[in-house]
Amino acid sequence: MASTENPAGRRSLLPKFVLAPSVLMVLVGVYGFMLFSVILSFTSSKMFPRFAFSGLDQYERLFSNPRWSVAVQNIFIFASLYIVLATALGLLLAILIDQKIRAESVFRTVFLYPMALSFIVTGVIWQWLLNPGLGIERVMQSWGWESFSFKWLVEPDMAIYTVVIAGVWQVTGFVMAMFLAGLRGINGEILSAARMDGAPTRKIYTRIIIPALRPVFLTAFVIESHLAIKSYDLVVALTKGGPGYATELPSTFMYTTTFTRNEMGLGAASAVVMLIALAIIIVPYLYSELRNERRG
Amino acid sequence: MSAVAEHTVAEPRLRSGAAFDIARFAVYAILIVMAAVFLMPLVSMAFTSLKSMDEIRGGNLLAPPMAVTLDAWYSAWGSACISVDCSGLKGYFYNSIKLVVPAVLISVMLGALNGYVLTKWRFRGDDLLFGAMMFGCFIPFQIVLIPMAFTLGKIGLAGSTAGLVLVHVVYGVCFTTLFFRNFYVAVPDELVKAARMDGAGFWQIFFRVLLPVSWPIVVVAVIWQFTGIWNDFLFGASFAGGQSQPITVALNNLVNTSTGVKLYNVDMAAAMITAAPTILIYLFLGRFFLRGLMAGAVKG
Amino acid sequence: MGGNIWFGEMIHMKKLLLGTVCAAVMASAAAVVPAHAQSKGSVEVMHWWTSGGEAAAVGVLKQDLESKGVTWQDMPVAGGAGEAAMTALRARVTSGNPPTAAQLLGMSLRAWAEEGFLGDLSEVAEPEGWDSVIPEPLQAFAKYDGHYVAAPVNIHRPNWLWSNAKIFQDNGLTPPKTWEEFNQVADALKAKGIQPLAHGGQNWQDTTIFDDVVLGIGGPEFYQKAIIEADPEALGSDTMVQVFDQMRKIRGYVDPNFSGRDWNLATAMVINGEAAMQLMGDWAKGEIIAAGKVPGVDILCTTAPGTEGSFLFNTDFFAMFDVGEERKPAQLIMASAAMSPSFQETFNLAKGSIPARTDVPGDKFDACGKQSMADIKAAQEKGTLMGSLAHGHAQPPAIQGAIFDVVTNHFNSDQSSADAAKALVDAVAAAQ
Repeated sequence: MASTENPAGRRSLLPKFVLAPSVLMVLVGVYGFMLFSVILSFTSSKMFPRFAFSGLDQYERLFSNPRWSVAVQNIFIFASLYIVLATALGLLLAILIDQKIRAESVFRTVFLYPMALSFIVTGVIWQWLLNPGLGIERVMQSWGWESFSFKWLVEPDMAIYTVVIAGVWQVTGFVMAMFLAGLRGINGEILSAARMDGAPTRKIYTRIIIPALRPVFLTAFVIESHLAIKSYDLVVALTKGGPGYATELPSTFMYTTTFTRNEMGLGAASAVVMLIALAIIIVPYLYSELRNERRG
Repeated sequence: MSAVAEHTVAEPRLRSGAAFDIARFAVYAILIVMAAVFLMPLVSMAFTSLKSMDEIRGGNLLAPPMAVTLDAWYSAWGSACISVDCSGLKGYFYNSIKLVVPAVLISVMLGALNGYVLTKWRFRGDDLLFGAMMFGCFIPFQIVLIPMAFTLGKIGLAGSTAGLVLVHVVYGVCFTTLFFRNFYVAVPDELVKAARMDGAGFWQIFFRVLLPVSWPIVVVAVIWQFTGIWNDFLFGASFAGGQSQPITVALNNLVNTSTGVKLYNVDMAAAMITAAPTILIYLFLGRFFLRGLMAGAVKG
Repeated sequence: MGGNIWFGEMIHMKKLLLGTVCAAVMASAAAVVPAHAQSKGSVEVMHWWTSGGEAAAVGVLKQDLESKGVTWQDMPVAGGAGEAAMTALRARVTSGNPPTAAQLLGMSLRAWAEEGFLGDLSEVAEPEGWDSVIPEPLQAFAKYDGHYVAAPVNIHRPNWLWSNAKIFQDNGLTPPKTWEEFNQVADALKAKGIQPLAHGGQNWQDTTIFDDVVLGIGGPEFYQKAIIEADPEALGSDTMVQVFDQMRKIRGYVDPNFSGRDWNLATAMVINGEAAMQLMGDWAKGEIIAAGKVPGVDILCTTAPGTEGSFLFNTDFFAMFDVGEERKPAQLIMASAAMSPSFQETFNLAKGSIPARTDVPGDKFDACGKQSMADIKAAQEKGTLMGSLAHGHAQPPAIQGAIFDVVTNHFNSDQSSADAAKALVDAVAAAQ
């Protein structure tokens, strides 16, 4: 890596001085507060932080809590479907949009706009659309498709999939944009050469283009998985965790436990488990990214 | 459109014929169907906001309004009651602007400088520092509420717009640093070296060499930050004073009532007004967003 | 962006941290602003009454205070019975900047009092004789350590049954008085293809019904033991198993699309004749009136099956924070105004509840309101005026939440009644 050597003297401090406010903010606002959560998780704090230590009690309570087990189960279902569907759909849309189509920018904007909206804004309409008595089911039936049935929102076993639908709707455009950026960054000469050799289109995609997008897959995976773990507004807007608590996620569990139920210690324990899960996904990614860069 | 954007990996359109046309048709068919699905929530919101309450009660969510009325929009903007104040969303709209503009500017500026230092003034441990900052992008915001409230109280910024700006800068700077760092890492160091030979200092190099080529990534960072901060509810509800609540909090107050009567057309108009700035940004800057992504945010 | 943008905020800033450049700038900015001449100070009020009749109701208090020279700074945060407001309040207090007053429900009021954040209202409560006009079960929440810390502004009654008069008349039925009758009526309606019960599947709505069933099947003593005292024996008893049996029956009377439905949409179903009954508190009146119907005439109000003679309550309090000498006078004016009979009358007429003080005449209230006022007197004498669990007046949030989980999980699954009763005992124990 060709790095710029620091000239001696006062100047060499300037860059660090410029960096300092951000480092301080991150140190306090991210790591300080994380540490705070870790400490809280070993206390019996209720409404406010109280430093009466209770060992691993909160973790034992957490793992014996049926609502938490549902939340953990759901995050696996939700995250895996969300990641797979958003990636597949995003890639498909990117490939289609890349076919020198007309009105490309219109399509791109249409697919990208959900990213601009929060579920504070779209929550109510999603509830309506997914509600069998009000939304898509009723519309289809009123248009003459009498037997059309779409009741996931009200079925405890299926409701989590409606959360997936809305989540995929929001993020797919962004994934598409990343893939599109990736596609357009592929070296055109390699492709021309392959075509000259008479390789069929499908083979060009599976052998050359998709492998070349590997870094985009990785970035998309990391972005999607952290969005999945952080998903909160989505569930609150769509199902409020229901039916029953069938669509509870760790993030909603953490919030309700801490702020509605005044169990700050238990909430902190769930937050720590979430942070560990995030670290398991993200730290190896960061490590490999930065290492590759140095090598490259 | 830039040259990059014109370059597609699809096969050049040279041949023509029946098989080819069917393929093209399929491409358009899939895209149009998908576009319709993606637009459904927005269209449904727009339709509902233009209907009267009677039409909403009896009607179909996806049916266009029979008698278009803008009453709900006027009401949501200027006269709907949000708690004891019956002047609609407009005051909160300005509150949000007062919050978003400084928060975006500061976080983007800091991100650019951080990216510059981390790539062009490298020092021992800079990658570790960058990795540590990046992990900050991923922290769930719910866990920082209480310690952040405590900190804001200690530094005298509780319940103020300044405090809220600070919070958004803290959690925004991780993202902006990531964007700019990944962008600047691709800018040849030789440019910087040459400038230094000419006697340019730290700031001159930044403003004369790097900033002028940065606009694609500036757009990405601005869009990202603008959308995130404009849409934020959690921090706004927790840290803003009553006089400085952002529009999302007001929207929530308007729409969410525990024991009140609901006016869905006004709710939907209010939601559309709240969403308007971010939608417009995507509409007008969307293509630059893609270009910016290509230029560095995503490595591919 | 410079001073202009933040200037307004600096004025509002309550705490200045001295010794920093920042603070010096702000202090000089604040000094420029002329003080309001006859102002008696201001109150900042956090609440979740953000729309419709309830916002209008709180507007009455605002006007009243402004006529007394007290400025009202509104701090509304809406969302599911104040969930978001509770978070915001916690953030405010943690930052050392509590509002003057905050809307709280009974058990969270108690929690805040126990944490020592609330002020002392004795200065107005004693001369005004609050003790003699506020029902004792409400005093138990409004007072802490022998003095008033909050002003109760209303009494909602969650144990109402709302029935569509036309459906009942057309089918020759009368609103049921016991759960047995309820099942008969519901079966009869179902047989005629009429949806018996409108309900929204949200945990607090499920638990509102649960409260009614516990009280209706077990009686007031059982409610006291199981719900108010969380006695494990009562929670796991055969009576509780019967309660869950009845909950399962009720599940069968609800339409399939009930999940997540807001209560007001369920009320609309009764108003429009799409369903015959709803078990909901008296805030449903707001919806009924807004739809141009008369509560007590078009939509009948009767006590929830089996709960006649008892009165569950849900009261909103203005909790008064310990705000220091400077803001105290305005706070006391507000407390006094909130407790005045005229405000309590106007407010509760707008809100659909009844006054929190017993000496307000009932002649302006509708039939259901009048019945509420008569019933509460009777219940007070019999000792059957009890806090509602679903609405935060029976158990602290942790235990309330644990019960919510069990009730809503049973209602939305095939869990057996015996298992549910056992889960209830376990969940309550785990939350303690």
